[in-house]
Amino acid sequence: MAALLESLLLKKVDVNTVVDWLKNLEEHDKLSLSKPGVTVHKQEFVPFLLNFLRDQSSQALTHGPATPAKTPSRPRPAAQTQGFTDRRGCRSAGGAGSRSASRIQLFSPATSVSPDTEMDASQKGRRRSGAGGGGGGGGYSRISEQVSPPSVGQLNFNNLEDFPPVGSSPVSPVASKPSRRINPTPVSAERPHSKPKTCFTSTPFRKLSSPPSGGEVLQEERELLKREKTKRAQQVSSPLPSSLDPCTPTKSGLRTGSKVTPDLVFVLSCFAENLVPNIFLELFFVMQLLTSQSPHTHDDDEQESLCAVNSGVQLIFISPSKYCFIHKHLLLSCVRLVAHLDKCTLRLLAENERVASFSPGLRDRLTQAQDRSTATVNTLVLYFSTFIHSVPFRPATDNRSNFGSDKAFHTFKKQRDIFYEVLREWEDFHMEPGWNFDAALGSRIRGMMSQLTSAGNHSHFARLFLKQLVQMCKGPRVNSSPGDTPDTDLLGMLGADSLGRLKRLEERLIQPHGVVGPCPPPSFPGHQEFFRDFLQTASCCQLNQHLQDSLCQQLLQLDEVSILSPPASIGEGEEEGDGDMEHQRFTSVLLLARLLAKFLGFISFLPYQTSERPSREIQETAVALRSKSVPVLDVCAVLSNSVRRRRTILTVPWLVEFLSMLDFIRRMLLGRSGEMCYLNKLLMVSVLGWLFQIPVIPEDIFFTSEFTEVAKLEDSNTSGAGLDCIPLVGQQLLYTCCPFLGEFRKLLAAFVSGSTAKSGGIIRKITPTSAELRDTPAANRSQQKLQVDLEQAFFHNQPPSLRRTVEFVAERIGSNGVKHMKATLVSELVERGEKMLRDGLELPNSNPSKLNDSICAQLCDAGLEAMARATRYNSRFYKQQVLTTSENITKRLATEKACSWLSANITALIRREWKTRYDRVMKALG
Amino acid sequence: MKLPRAEYKEIVRWTEHLRPTRQCMKMLKERFPNHSQSTLLSIFSLEYQKRTKRTISRHHAPDVIESHYQRYLSEGKAHPTAPVLLELANEVDLSPALMARIILDRFLQDLEGGMPSKTVLNSMLKEPSLIPDQILANNIYQCTINDCCYGPLVDCIKHAIGQEHEVLLRDKLKERNLSFLDENQLRAMGYDKTPDIILEVPIAVEGRIVHWIESKASFGDDHSHRTYLNEQFWSYWNRFGPGLVIYWYGFIEELDCQRDRGILLKDCFPTDIVTLCHAAQQDQLPQEPE
Repeated sequence: MAALLESLLLKKVDVNTVVDWLKNLEEHDKLSLSKPGVTVHKQEFVPFLLNFLRDQSSQALTHGPATPAKTPSRPRPAAQTQGFTDRRGCRSAGGAGSRSASRIQLFSPATSVSPDTEMDASQKGRRRSGAGGGGGGGGYSRISEQVSPPSVGQLNFNNLEDFPPVGSSPVSPVASKPSRRINPTPVSAERPHSKPKTCFTSTPFRKLSSPPSGGEVLQEERELLKREKTKRAQQVSSPLPSSLDPCTPTKSGLRTGSKVTPDLVFVLSCFAENLVPNIFLELFFVMQLLTSQSPHTHDDDEQESLCAVNSGVQLIFISPSKYCFIHKHLLLSCVRLVAHLDKCTLRLLAENERVASFSPGLRDRLTQAQDRSTATVNTLVLYFSTFIHSVPFRPATDNRSNFGSDKAFHTFKKQRDIFYEVLREWEDFHMEPGWNFDAALGSRIRGMMSQLTSAGNHSHFARLFLKQLVQMCKGPRVNSSPGDTPDTDLLGMLGADSLGRLKRLEERLIQPHGVVGPCPPPSFPGHQEFFRDFLQTASCCQLNQHLQDSLCQQLLQLDEVSILSPPASIGEGEEEGDGDMEHQRFTSVLLLARLLAKFLGFISFLPYQTSERPSREIQETAVALRSKSVPVLDVCAVLSNSVRRRRTILTVPWLVEFLSMLDFIRRMLLGRSGEMCYLNKLLMVSVLGWLFQIPVIPEDIFFTSEFTEVAKLEDSNTSGAGLDCIPLVGQQLLYTCCPFLGEFRKLLAAFVSGSTAKSGGIIRKITPTSAELRDTPAANRSQQKLQVDLEQAFFHNQPPSLRRTVEFVAERIGSNGVKHMKATLVSELVERGEKMLRDGLELPNSNPSKLNDSICAQLCDAGLEAMARATRYNSRFYKQQVLTTSENITKRLATEKACSWLSANITALIRREWKTRYDRVMKALG
Repeated sequence: MKLPRAEYKEIVRWTEHLRPTRQCMKMLKERFPNHSQSTLLSIFSLEYQKRTKRTISRHHAPDVIESHYQRYLSEGKAHPTAPVLLELANEVDLSPALMARIILDRFLQDLEGGMPSKTVLNSMLKEPSLIPDQILANNIYQCTINDCCYGPLVDCIKHAIGQEHEVLLRDKLKERNLSFLDENQLRAMGYDKTPDIILEVPIAVEGRIVHWIESKASFGDDHSHRTYLNEQFWSYWNRFGPGLVIYWYGFIEELDCQRDRGILLKDCFPTDIVTLCHAAQQDQLPQEPE
């Protein structure tokens, strides 16, 4: 492993070869190096590399998600101490310790257990137990420690406790790292936000389940490292660092960034080719480095690197600036990815002085990307009525004839009311301190369950429960309770748009706001919490079974649902109009599927949930036992089917939600492949990346490429238009599904505001801007909002088929309207233009091209005016009755669709038509 | 008429010593000339019912019943034409209609030698001529017609008023050309809970969506509103979404606090109805609450 890395660093192996090797699924698992006997396993290499990076940059990384503090490295001392004592033979498998240590080291060494004489028994034991993350800051350093010369040999350079006392190292200027010595306080006690971090940003990768070749590799590594180390030591003593040496670049190299060293190229390639499990975690790490509050400015670079070099401890990477330098290149290589982050993040990144000083080019690209970016964090994408509805009573499914007995019917009548009563009570009180779900509502819910059981009404209740769940939680963010905002009337007056903005502002002002890192634990936000707690409290196996059946059915149906418009309407060349519909439909289906899948996962794995990872023996028994039973959802089948039909963009996000609920024992294999549009891809990458960081997901999945088979399947069957190749994912949907992407912004904002942990969090700067002037008066806008609400309400209590029909008819009529407009309005305008042109040309000293411009502009204006008139003209209607109302809504929708398409495209249309006409006239006139 | 709670309390305080008689109602009306008679009567009726609930057990004790009965017998014998039972009811501060029921019940026990059936009792209260004893029949009759809170006559009036307002509501809806399903249609379709009106196409009242309307021909005080919420309004919300309650005789203003939650209170048919058609918005009817 280290051998390969070393070879890379020393340019012995071509970077591209290695990257190709890593990328290629078909090729042999092992890479043989030029040296005989050195083989490296693909699945081990990437973790090794990542750990190595973590390890090396740990010194610069002084503030993590939880502590955007000036007091650097506070988490580290404790972690290292733990690791140290661990190594001294304390057998504690130290889950917590190793986890907190592993921000520095993300993955435990992938080296296998080997018959190693140098390693004492306790050490082996610890490794085997799978918690070996913390020891001495990772395998690399541990090895280096063992082989380094005696003077430094006892030092664990990551361990502050082990650092030589001031002055003991002759050339090491103490002043360079004064802050490192600040009393190391225990990590856990004072960091309320550290929980997600210890769980996710830093899950150490456990030892691989299938240990590869064994001892020789390790031995080999050690040898190589030893040699490398001595080489370094020699270099260190030389006064001038060789500029050729990739590991000790000169100041100029640092400053200008002119030299991209092979190691960089390699790391970059890994990133760019998606060879890391979670690209966002790596990016986050990079940004942490960028924002690390190092005491050194760039002017100190020289001194800094000299000190570091002279101290002879650091092997390869020298100073924080250097890490930044490296990572700047990472950013560059990922700029395509970064460019899709939200505007605010991009701005903060572009304004980061380090980015600016390292690479003005990067900054420019970021600034450019900013203009294209549309997403703002926490944006409500779709219009969701602010009002939360109940599930409507429908005689077809809910009246007496649907129940076995009068008793069942009347019991369910009561159940429904109790359910909503409980829900309302939860809304009112759950935010209050000391309120406990089970204590307040438990007895009522359990009473309800026993009544349900005696009446046999579970299927009815399951349907109610799920419908209500979907109604309340399908939207990206539903505010927690309608009573929360005292001035709802006022907010309502402002219309949906301003309402959303005000809500966001309110959230920003009241939310306690910590940076939690890019991998938050799976959660049940908003009303989802109610439904989860309800299920837990009810703890009713009949209900759960009914829910499971229903969820499964709905999910599989959704997975198959047609997203694309009927081909007929696509073929008409109005592609602009239809894309939007597809977009909306896809968003809606995806959000719904994710919600349902999460709850299916929750219910399915609820019986097996344990708070602690079970011991190996328990695990094995459980695996043996459960391998006999059929899982509720055949994930592999669903996935391979989806890959074959090229619908992974829909399937994978919801499967991820499902799998995120896994208990510790269930293991699944995941794969992915396919050519997709970039944002689609990004969504997949980010949700998958998140999944891979959840502790219950076995870490080795990513590195064992089991998906070759699936990939083959896909190649063989590429017929039919899939969803994967259509740009369905908008930036906003991406942020909705992956709220953790907003963490980047938080981190950067924290850096900008120079916040300290002492003040307890991030100081937010909200720049007040004057309210925009709207062309429509407030009263008018609230009227419009009311009309939209009424329309929603109308459909709410009607069967869903009515809405579908209305939408379909409106679509067709709208499209006809567009055609009609094209045939009449546009051609009329072009006629008029021709006349103007001919008249104009008859005038003395006329300039055809000038004439062309002016006529074109006039025609466009006329077109837009006509549009405005048409819009007004079309909105005359209505009488009452359901049919008339539907008819009228259809009319309105059709008009809207046609008008919006036309107003967006009419200018282009007229220009195009006019151009041909102009050319023709000019040609005819010679 | 919406009453601020303070004002409502003042009325309640003033009614505390009133008896359910016509004279008392006249006094009440003179004391609060700005309030409609129906509102005052409804408030008093509700208050008097509460008072009765607190005290009725006192009059149901066997010895108390016996003493009332004996007093009626002796005084009735002495003054056969005088309204002795009505006076007795006033004297012991019991609703005349309830006093009549107690005495009749006791009388029938003697007559039939056991507990009389409820139907017989009710029919005799409704139609005193069925009572075998002429003097008792007269007394019972005097009691029921002089009670404005209890008794078959009051029940009948209340029911009629309720019906009347439902019809009124339907007429108003038809006038506005709003299509709806009424309670009977809903019941026929198998709905488990049936508000008076379900609108087939929802409307907006004061900016709130309304799917259903419930008509209440009474004053909305704390107690009755709480009961209605639990037994009816929330159930409607749970099935049909947000809706409107019309308390034709007014309500305590402060109770109208569930608007955001989807229960809107009005004391008259709303005037500012917004429908899905922009055109219909303008033709607002001039509407006088009382």
